Amino acid sequence: MPMSALTGTRLRERRLAAGRRQADVAAAAGVSASYLNLIEHNRRRVSGAVLDRIAAALGLDREAVSGQRDVALMDDLRTAAARAEDAGAELDRLQDFVGRYPGWAAVIANLHGRVAVLERALEALNDRMTHDPHLSQALHEVLSSLSSVRSTAAILSETADLDPDWTARFHRNLYQDSERLALGAEALVAYLDAGTGVEEQGIAAPQEELEDWLKRRDWSFSDAELAAGAGVTALASGAARELARAHVARAAADAAVLQMEPFMAALTAAGPDPLALAARFGTDVLGVMRRLAALPGSEAGLVACDASGTLTFRKPASGFPLPRFGAACPLWPLYAALGRPMVPVESVVQMAGQGGLCHRIIAYCQTSYPQGLRGPELREAAMLILPAAQDAAALKIGSSCRICPRGGCPARREPSILTETA
Amino acid sequence: MGQHVLLIEDEPNIAEAIRFILSRDGFRVTHLADGATALAGVRALRPDLVILDHMLPGLSGLEILTAIRADPATTDLPVMMLTAKGQGRDREAAERAGASRFMAKPFSNSEILAEVRAMMGR
Repeated sequence: MPMSALTGTRLRERRLAAGRRQADVAAAAGVSASYLNLIEHNRRRVSGAVLDRIAAALGLDREAVSGQRDVALMDDLRTAAARAEDAGAELDRLQDFVGRYPGWAAVIANLHGRVAVLERALEALNDRMTHDPHLSQALHEVLSSLSSVRSTAAILSETADLDPDWTARFHRNLYQDSERLALGAEALVAYLDAGTGVEEQGIAAPQEELEDWLKRRDWSFSDAELAAGAGVTALASGAARELARAHVARAAADAAVLQMEPFMAALTAAGPDPLALAARFGTDVLGVMRRLAALPGSEAGLVACDASGTLTFRKPASGFPLPRFGAACPLWPLYAALGRPMVPVESVVQMAGQGGLCHRIIAYCQTSYPQGLRGPELREAAMLILPAAQDAAALKIGSSCRICPRGGCPARREPSILTETA
Repeated sequence: MGQHVLLIEDEPNIAEAIRFILSRDGFRVTHLADGATALAGVRALRPDLVILDHMLPGLSGLEILTAIRADPATTDLPVMMLTAKGQGRDREAAERAGASRFMAKPFSNSEILAEVRAMMGR
């Protein structure tokens, strides 16, 4: 497990926050107080076993003190910094910041997430305002009658020598238009009052809602849960419930073909080779990949996309941050597979900004013709993200251009807010 | 004889008000309510100025404006476009199509009069 340079700082902060004396923690961890002091000032690298004992003495888990948990947080903060470029966030001191003030860092990441959700809600509302024919009709009606009322009333009030015939005519017009204005305003109010909640309008990003829900369930369902529908009704929005239902139905179908016991036995024998497993069980490769990522406690990440490259499923893996919005890194093997259906792509990749951490990726793309021979071809690609040993020859990839520090990348689509650090 | 304004507007009461205001100021006003007949009207009447509503039945104001600009006889004809307030996209589209000026509904009488006077060099 890679340990950040500031593990010591983090330990010290946590110890002070807990109000514990150095000597007590050292005694509980079975090290000398002076050794703990050196560790806390980052002047000694600390072994995994000692770190575990100190973490235990502080009542913390290993992830919290080694900084692994901070990887996702730092990624969120980098994205937040990218959105506020002018603020000049000290990106070179990000790790220090997260180590010293984990609570404040979480607050920033949290607010950033909320801002993104709200921005999208605003966009959705804006879209609705702009493209909704009923609304624009109702507004047009109100503006037109108002326009007429304004002009007519001004003529009546400002023309001193208005002919009686004209006066009568304008009075009649004014009456007509005020009636029309009242009706138009009523229609508008009725429309705006129609009471469709924010969730029902799909403003809360259904895919994200589904992913949060899956994350809370550890991305895995037991056979019994699948049979019972997995509590899909708990999701707030109709759109997310629909996505969740489709997801659960697919997971149930996968589980029916790839039954737990024989699948685990085959996995132990063959390793996570989706093609071998698909051949062994007579099913499709993507189904095996989904099953692998949905096994209880599975650490494998899985990302899927459709033919447009839009990410349709995102289960993150440790040290492999996935873009929350927008497009991903074009160098992902996922896209290589997308361009060559039915040809497996296997490669070792190194994600930017993860201290050289490598992953083994298996990507595959399938086509389908749900409307038959003359219907459109649909493509679905997926990539399984598995841990791998460090490899100097690994393909250098990123999460998304905006927060990717890699200089001289031939696939770069927009400038990054980060510059490559040594 | 006063300068000739052709008003193309499907809302009869708005048309009546505009017509009244401009007539009192010495303009000669002809009113057409339908987009489909408007182009023929422009060609036949040879007005000095056209006031054109954006939302018209038959042919949209934008289409009429495009046709006016495409015809060499009317390519320089001053055209004032009436749009709804807040409809920035409509305005942009009209600007590209070659509208000379804009007036957003609901407008005030003095605004529209001042604009027409300015366009007619008065």
